[in-house]
Amino acid sequence: MNKMNEQEHLLSVNHLTTSFKINGEYYPAVDDVSFNINKNEVLALVGESGSGKSATAFSLMKLHRHARVEGEVFFEGKDILKSSEKDMNKIRGGDFSMVFQDPMTALNPLMRIKDQIIETLTIHNTKEKNEREAYAIELLKRVGIARAEQVGEAYPHELSGGMRQRVVIAIAIANKPKLLIADEPTTALDVTIQAQILDLIRELKDDLGSGVLLITHDLGVVAEMADKVAVMYAGQIVEMAPVQELFKNPLHPYTRSLLNSLPSEDMLGGQLHVIQGVVPALDKMDRTGCRFAPRIPWIDENAHEHNPQLREVEDGHYVRCTCYKNFYLNSSTETTQEVEAEQFGALHQGGNE
Amino acid sequence: MTEYLLEINDLKVYYPIKGGFFNTTKDYVRAVDGVTINIPKGKTYGLVGESGSGKTTTGKAVMGLNKVTDGDIYFDGKHLNSGKKVDVSREVQMIFQDPYSSLNPRKRVFDIVAEPLRNYEKLSKDELIKEVIRLITRVGLPPGSLYKYPHEFSGGQRQRIGVARAIALNPKLIIADEPVSALDVSVQAQVLNFLQEIQEDMDLTMLFIAHDLGVVRHMCEWIGIMYHGRLVEEGPAEVIFKDPQHIYTKKLIAAIPDVNVDNIEANLRKRREVQEEFDNHFHEYLDEDGKPFPLVKISENHSVALPPTEGGKQ
Repeated sequence: MNKMNEQEHLLSVNHLTTSFKINGEYYPAVDDVSFNINKNEVLALVGESGSGKSATAFSLMKLHRHARVEGEVFFEGKDILKSSEKDMNKIRGGDFSMVFQDPMTALNPLMRIKDQIIETLTIHNTKEKNEREAYAIELLKRVGIARAEQVGEAYPHELSGGMRQRVVIAIAIANKPKLLIADEPTTALDVTIQAQILDLIRELKDDLGSGVLLITHDLGVVAEMADKVAVMYAGQIVEMAPVQELFKNPLHPYTRSLLNSLPSEDMLGGQLHVIQGVVPALDKMDRTGCRFAPRIPWIDENAHEHNPQLREVEDGHYVRCTCYKNFYLNSSTETTQEVEAEQFGALHQGGNE
Repeated sequence: MTEYLLEINDLKVYYPIKGGFFNTTKDYVRAVDGVTINIPKGKTYGLVGESGSGKTTTGKAVMGLNKVTDGDIYFDGKHLNSGKKVDVSREVQMIFQDPYSSLNPRKRVFDIVAEPLRNYEKLSKDELIKEVIRLITRVGLPPGSLYKYPHEFSGGQRQRIGVARAIALNPKLIIADEPVSALDVSVQAQVLNFLQEIQEDMDLTMLFIAHDLGVVRHMCEWIGIMYHGRLVEEGPAEVIFKDPQHIYTKKLIAAIPDVNVDNIEANLRKRREVQEEFDNHFHEYLDEDGKPFPLVKISENHSVALPPTEGGKQ
């Protein structure tokens, strides 16, 4: 891959900002996000719910109906944010496909499984007409479905959640995409099936040289799958680094808090670190300071930057805000209650009596 | 002799499959097929398995939410399924998987938490309010949240409201059915810490049902692994993780993604080896109905469903 230079990123996202309208005003849910994905590379996007991971993915696919999307998204040299809906339809599901988070709603309840796979093959002219059915069954087998013929004849409601998720993945890889966006592809699945699906994504990457944007909150999956990791919080990337570097030398307080909240072997049964408070709502966010600051109130205010930027601190390792230099973990019950009382200040006004 | 708070002996829960012209029972789905679990007082027992393995059915059977086909359940010496009605809802409580659907959206937090108290305790209005405030504070929510509705809370806070409701009557046993699988890691940590805390404070016994082995290992002293309605391996958490004997357990443990980036190659290699062993030998571990064999003791407290002829060696 060393012959690849700057211009040849498979996907290049520059200053992507996606805003949603709340009470007549636009608030960015994805705020100036930039990253690249090369061929044969997995970029993992990590963060809590509400941090803007899925909103980013939806922006790349141009699936937002009422949002304002700004910035540039170059896919093989072409800015897809400027392409027409007609061109997008050719790309979506073809070169650029997505595994959605919720397998219950991603499938058409009125179509047989087999036909849903054949549909995407037909749209993108993959395989000869008479070969498509056999290929659809083969795809089902590849995602680890045992009785592929019978499952092909079934309707989505007849399948379990895990099976449906595998069907969704089969559809996503049907046209051998150059870029696969997988939005929490294994969250609903058991560990053994998860391992199988991850193998499949790895295979896709190794065999076809596809790039993968993996969105997940499972850090174990990230460690195992990703080449690069971008940690998102409140719409911004707060840290980005190669996977080895990120797990061995996590810098941003948010990354460190996330890693410490996982149960691990060294501290079985011990207290886990708790990240206090919640991700701020879009319209109630302080956009000028460090967005993570309200959740680490024990850190001195002066440690934070005004309007913090993403900076390269080591080769390929980017961190936002200077507060990481003075950060230490603290998860005492008092702090938790303090933070909660503050964020729930409105509660004391009595509510719905 | 250990004192067991909950004893489940050879539990069977079958669901009939009806069919044919007269809608007669053709066969049964054997959701739980001969499960024996004993939980000592004050301990946490982790019940693990993939979806459809019967772990939730087992939990519900204890709660009396499922009809038991065969077998006995004893709680604190009381026979729960003898046919006579025994009310243990004071002592056995459940925490549900999804904090978004297990709280009535049209009730205020006060009413949700007060409901068990209204049913079982005769308290005056003032006492009731005092008690609910005590419980709400116990789970770390501000007293001002009393008259809020569930949608005004985050996932972790909702799960804590569920916990407040569950501990309202000072139960002895809590059945936690996937209490954190719907939550973010950050919130997950909060709920897990909290469950451990109340367990210590209130000397609770817990049946912890989950599919996330990392979480189970963190929480439980004792683990049982289910496959197709039966236990395939049971023992102290440490032993199960360090020295799994059943091929299915090995597969489950090998499938856990590790956050330690140095181990990834080794893990993948291990997973491939286990998968190979699994593909070649798994059928030997099942009887002709495709069910695991009965458990065999291989050490004092470690039991494995090994094929009968091999007598514990593989």
